[in-house]
Parts: sequence; structure tokens; C-alpha cells
Amino acid sequence: MKSPFVRGLLDGVPIALGYLSVSFGFGILAVRSGLASLTAVIISAVNLTSAGQAAGIAIIAAGGSYLEMALTQLVINLRYGLMSISLSQKLDDTFNTPRRLLVAYGITDEIFAVASAQKGLLTARYMYGLISISTLGWCMGTFLGASAGALLPASLTNAMGIVLYAMFIAIVIPPAKKSRGVLAVAASAALCSMIFRYLVPQVTSGFAIILSAIIASVAGALIFPVAGEGEPEVESV
Amino acid sequence: MTLVIYIAVMAGVTYFIRMIPFAAFRRQIKSRFFRSFLYYVPFAVLTAMTVPAIFYSTGSMTTAAFGTAVAVVLAYFDMPLIVVALAASAAAYAAGFVIPFFA
Repeated sequence: MKSPFVRGLLDGVPIALGYLSVSFGFGILAVRSGLASLTAVIISAVNLTSAGQAAGIAIIAAGGSYLEMALTQLVINLRYGLMSISLSQKLDDTFNTPRRLLVAYGITDEIFAVASAQKGLLTARYMYGLISISTLGWCMGTFLGASAGALLPASLTNAMGIVLYAMFIAIVIPPAKKSRGVLAVAASAALCSMIFRYLVPQVTSGFAIILSAIIASVAGALIFPVAGEGEPEVESV
Repeated sequence: MTLVIYIAVMAGVTYFIRMIPFAAFRRQIKSRFFRSFLYYVPFAVLTAMTVPAIFYSTGSMTTAAFGTAVAVVLAYFDMPLIVVALAASAAAYAAGFVIPFFA
């Protein structure tokens, strides 16, 4: 029986590998927009968010206002608020306030995805493992990209762009095979997202994700409500 | 100095969005509707992020389509996350070399 921390570390390996490739791109981007490698790594370490950071360095490069910075981060990262509410329902009893304040730092799309796919309740130590290895991958990728981006062939860095999305597919499809509700929700979210992208391009990508997720999840909750106590909560992880 | 403020604003806003709901929700939510809603949120968020963005993730719609197809098939057969992720990337990479011969 492995300790929860070690299991978190192991479950975080695919996230860290995916992050290496994505943050590699961020590192290249950051240096290109005039930031030092160390600054790029600091930004990655304190933000831990891909879309938000990419938008952030664009605002820095353009000399935008602090208000613009705050609003942009709010909109792009608002989805984390939804994820936090969802994860807050899966925490075990030992999750006190200091632990919540620590773990809140690491709620990203991928960490959320892996954590919410766990059977049973989440412990702080499992989350520490998951978050620390992911953060390490994110910062290392940023550092490597910022210092050596030009060395890898484009064919390789391009192909690495799909890693995280493929992981999302691997998270959604297995439960969608078993549950009509999940299948319907995923299909409607995909449909909404395409409608926003191609028919209402004025809606920024952060908002499009939030709106698509809310529309699809509300529809799912109304048409396929989860039975009784909702998610089964048996054992802690 | 301005750079420090930029980064502080960025990190502060991002952290509070994550922290406030995470620290505030203490009890199990009783409403069946809200519980169902929260149960579906992860699948909805991940799918909305993936479609259609995945087709633009490799710089070529064709290689991305190959990678996506491989990911869908492997995920359907319950392969581990890391296998699906790396196989999709490898498929997109390979497609980038193979496709020009047929084009």
C-alpha cells in the first residue's frame, strides 16, 4: 500500500509530462516578449495556469493597465472557481483551513481532472503529491523553453501540443461509455463550444468554456439527475 | 517594479479565484440538482476545452485529427492517461512525416 503522497506523485506523472511540453511553449513565448528566463519561471511558479499566463505576458508586453490584467485573469481563470466548488465536495474530514489554503494554489484543469476522477474522498497529502510534481514539470518546462526553445525541431514541439487534450479525452471517454448523462453532457459541451468558436467568436475563449460548461451541466442535472447521494463516497484516497 | 506589480496582480487574482470557493464550501451540498450539476462540471469543462481546440493544437488540422483519433480509440479501450497522451502525440508526430508522401 503506497502512501497517499506517493500515489499523488505517480498520478501526477502524466500531468507533469504534459506540462513540460506546454510550459516549454510558454517559456519560448515569454522570452520572445522580452522577459528574462528567471521572470518566466517565477510567473509559472506563482500562477500555474496556461491560458492566464499567456494572456498575462501579452498584457505586460503591451504595457496594459493593472485593471486589464486583473479582469483578464478573472475571466480566463473563472473556471477554476467552478472546479474548486466541485472539488470542495470531495475533501475528507482532515482537510482543515490551512490545508485548503495550500491546496487551492494547485487547482488547475489537469489536477482537477485527475483529482475528480478519483474514487472516494481526497486527502491533503494525495493533493500535495499531485500538485508538487505537476508544478515541478510546469516550472522545468518553462525554464527549458525559455533557455533552449530554439534547439528542438518544430515537428516535435508541434506534436507535443496535443498531449494535454489527449489526456482530457482519456478522462472523459471511459465514464461516458457507462453513463448516458456524462455522454450527453460531454456532447452538449462540445456542441456549445463549437457554436461559440465558429458562430459567436466575440465571446473570448475563457468565457466560452465557462458558458459551455454551465449550459451542458445544467442540462445534464435537469435531464439526468445523479441518483440519491450523488457520487458514491466510500474510501479516502 | 511595475513588473513585480503585474505578476502580483496576476498571481493574486488567480489564487483568490481558486481559494475562495475551496475554503468557503464546508458542508456537503444537499440539493440534488446542484450535486448533479457539480458531478457533470468536470466532464463539461474538459470537453469544452478540448473541442474544437484539439484540432488546432499541433499546427496542422490533419496531424491533429490523427492524434485525436488515436486518443479516442485508446481511451475507449480504457488505456491509462499517460499511454493515451503520449500515443496521441506520437501519432500526430508520425502523421507529420507520413502525410506529405500521399499529399
